[in-house]
Amino acid sequence: MFEQLTGKFEDLFFRIRNKGKLSPSDLDAALREIKLALLEADVNFKVVKEFLGNLKERALGKEVMESLTPYQQVIKIVNDEMTRMLGSSEGSVNFSSGGPTIFMMVGLQGTGKTSSVIKLANFIKSRFGKSVALVAADVYRPAAVLQLMDMAGKIGVDVYSEKSMDPVSISRKGVEKFTRDGRDAIIIDTAGRLHIDENMMLEVENIRKAVKPHQVYLVLDAMTGQEAVNIASAFNKRVECDGLILTKLDSDTRGGAALSVYYVVKKPIKFVSSGEKIEDFDIFHPERIASRILGQGDTLTLIEKAQKVIDEKRAMELEEKIYRDEINLDDFIEQLRGLRKMGSMEKIFSMLPIPNKGRILKNINFDESYLDRMEAIINSMTPAERKKPHIINGSRKKRIAKGSGNPVSEINKLLQQFSKTRQMLRQFSSMKGKASLPFGKFW
Amino acid sequence: MQMLFKNLNLLWNKFKKSNSQFWEELEEQLISSDVSVDTADMIISNIREYAYSNNINDTGIIRDLLKKEIIKILNCGINEKLKFSGNPPSVYLIVGVNGVGKTSAIAKLAAMLKKQGKNVVMAAADTYRSAATEQLQHYGERLGIEVVHHQKLSDPGAVVYDSLDKALARRSDVLIIDTAGRMQTSFNLMEELKKIKRVVFKKLDRDPDEILIVIDSTTGQNARHQAEVFHRAIGLTGVILTKTDGTSKGGIVLTIKNELQIPVKLVTNGEKIENIDLFDPEKYTGAIFT
Ligand SMILES: Nc1nc2c(ncn2[C@@H]2O[C@H](COP(=O)(O)OP(=O)(O)O)[C@@H](O)[C@H]2O)c(=O)[nH]1
Ligand SMILES: [Mg+2]
Repeated sequence: MFEQLTGKFEDLFFRIRNKGKLSPSDLDAALREIKLALLEADVNFKVVKEFLGNLKERALGKEVMESLTPYQQVIKIVNDEMTRMLGSSEGSVNFSSGGPTIFMMVGLQGTGKTSSVIKLANFIKSRFGKSVALVAADVYRPAAVLQLMDMAGKIGVDVYSEKSMDPVSISRKGVEKFTRDGRDAIIIDTAGRLHIDENMMLEVENIRKAVKPHQVYLVLDAMTGQEAVNIASAFNKRVECDGLILTKLDSDTRGGAALSVYYVVKKPIKFVSSGEKIEDFDIFHPERIASRILGQGDTLTLIEKAQKVIDEKRAMELEEKIYRDEINLDDFIEQLRGLRKMGSMEKIFSMLPIPNKGRILKNINFDESYLDRMEAIINSMTPAERKKPHIINGSRKKRIAKGSGNPVSEINKLLQQFSKTRQMLRQFSSMKGKASLPFGKFW
Repeated sequence: MQMLFKNLNLLWNKFKKSNSQFWEELEEQLISSDVSVDTADMIISNIREYAYSNNINDTGIIRDLLKKEIIKILNCGINEKLKFSGNPPSVYLIVGVNGVGKTSAIAKLAAMLKKQGKNVVMAAADTYRSAATEQLQHYGERLGIEVVHHQKLSDPGAVVYDSLDKALARRSDVLIIDTAGRMQTSFNLMEELKKIKRVVFKKLDRDPDEILIVIDSTTGQNARHQAEVFHRAIGLTGVILTKTDGTSKGGIVLTIKNELQIPVKLVTNGEKIENIDLFDPEKYTGAIFT
């Protein structure tokens, strides 16, 4: 969409380039394109209207009208305004000093509350080293309690549950028990409910009153459409929410709902969830959503992910090696593994700011098994072969092929790719003096 | 059901004669019902052109034009009825992204078919999500319907294979297959669905009789992309629109029908087992204008 937007902008501004400056009617045309782009991103239409109002004021200012590159200026303003609208503070967790910090999740059916409970528990446990316990207060959906217990088991966290059908008393008793046990954090999973279901809203109000949580999070599906604002307002009115958890960001939604909700309800997005794995969960960064809504890719997340899997010291050693042209297949496989830890190729690709990504994604088959094959091949080599790939001759190739269950042609392909990469790195490092190592250097 | 354009009446009260403000607000209403910009544009320009060339500016008449236009989109060509094979079991494969209401829709559909006197079997091919099998089994017990299942994390293709055996042996009328929720962006998981489809083909020498995507009516523009990608991967025969008891207007079904030619077949509107209906375009649009 952003590609489209950029394309349309370019046409628009090409026509007026000779005129040098932007006329108010040119600006209106540009604003209309922005309006459509935002609507396609699920930003609420009322929010879009207000947003455009603000934008127009700024765009009519000197910076754009007198600029020789008005279109870059307009896009920059869109980006700035949007980031501003999303709030500048990033999400974080505050723990209360006396007694456990109590969290509570609320939201519509199917938004991802239960998995968010588990992911948040894991986040608190691993990031802050706190002891966490859960309360299962979804007594309605079949097997919901079982789901929570099963997932909790995987991360080694206790769950309080009961056969009873009274979520208010279950929550109260669960919190009492874990408070006695001296836990640092307690998270309550509630049933999904419609914001217009009076009985169910009353119930969640009562849970809130009974356990007095420190943090109430509304779990919002990032794919939600125009109603997101009304849904969030309704929940916020009945059980005052402290923040939002935005889920299913691994879809290719633009996530405009997040912007609308923040704009209208003024509650910060605290966390985002972007996959089915327990670690696919992170603190929210407003500028990333802004660029996502505009379709600029999620480069920052990607870089951070890369940093998480690459050890600093090791990276320095590797740079040194590249500099001295001593890279070998051991390093190659290490990088390969690092890359894979960041997620599937498809996912990594989807975070890159590449134009026409949607179209490219449609046409690429991400052959994850190719990486498996490469790993198998390298694993079938002797340490000497990995250190000095040039010694791999015909008979060695045959052995490796057999050992890894691949045809010899695959071995050749890998060795070629390795030598190409090595050559590239050499050039790169002689060019820059020293190669810096972002991620997946070898690709 | 009274979803799409719940607020349209306000518009008719505000404008007795059409002007550019009216058209703009009408378009806004469509978009705020989650109809895509393209489809909203198409609808508006069709009726606007017609109105213009026939000198119509009475918004009452325009309202009828709008209704006709929408029914035209929802009706055109494709049959919304569920397909039953002359060679039972009829196989229904149910797919969609996470949390849209697949498993509950399956239970509701199974209950509906059973009430019509059909013999139904359900296959728990969501072997991925915690307690997904147990959830379906729970419904199975309640409804007295057999659920074929394997261990957690086992191969969904194998569950489907066994369930086909079971449905054939029991001479069941319908086999409904539940699958794990998956994002359309996940290549591997889309491949898994193709495999499930192949298992059915190998066994019955035909594709599933219905391949239905479940779409949450709360979803925005991404729903179109969901339908598009699933359709490209496995060929959809219809949509089950869920959670219509909420406040979203479900305009995405117009987009999906208009831009991808995939019809809505079923609608769920609550968490009770009987909260399911065949989709009826006339009723749907009729309700809009009452
Ligand atoms: N209000 C409402 N909730 C629904 C409807 N259909 C499903 N749900 C709820 O949505 C949640 C997710 O449903 P489930 O069938 O487990 O989704 P799945 O992950 O796609 O299989 C559950 O809490 C269901 O009770 C509906 O028509 N209306
Ligand atoms: Mg399910």
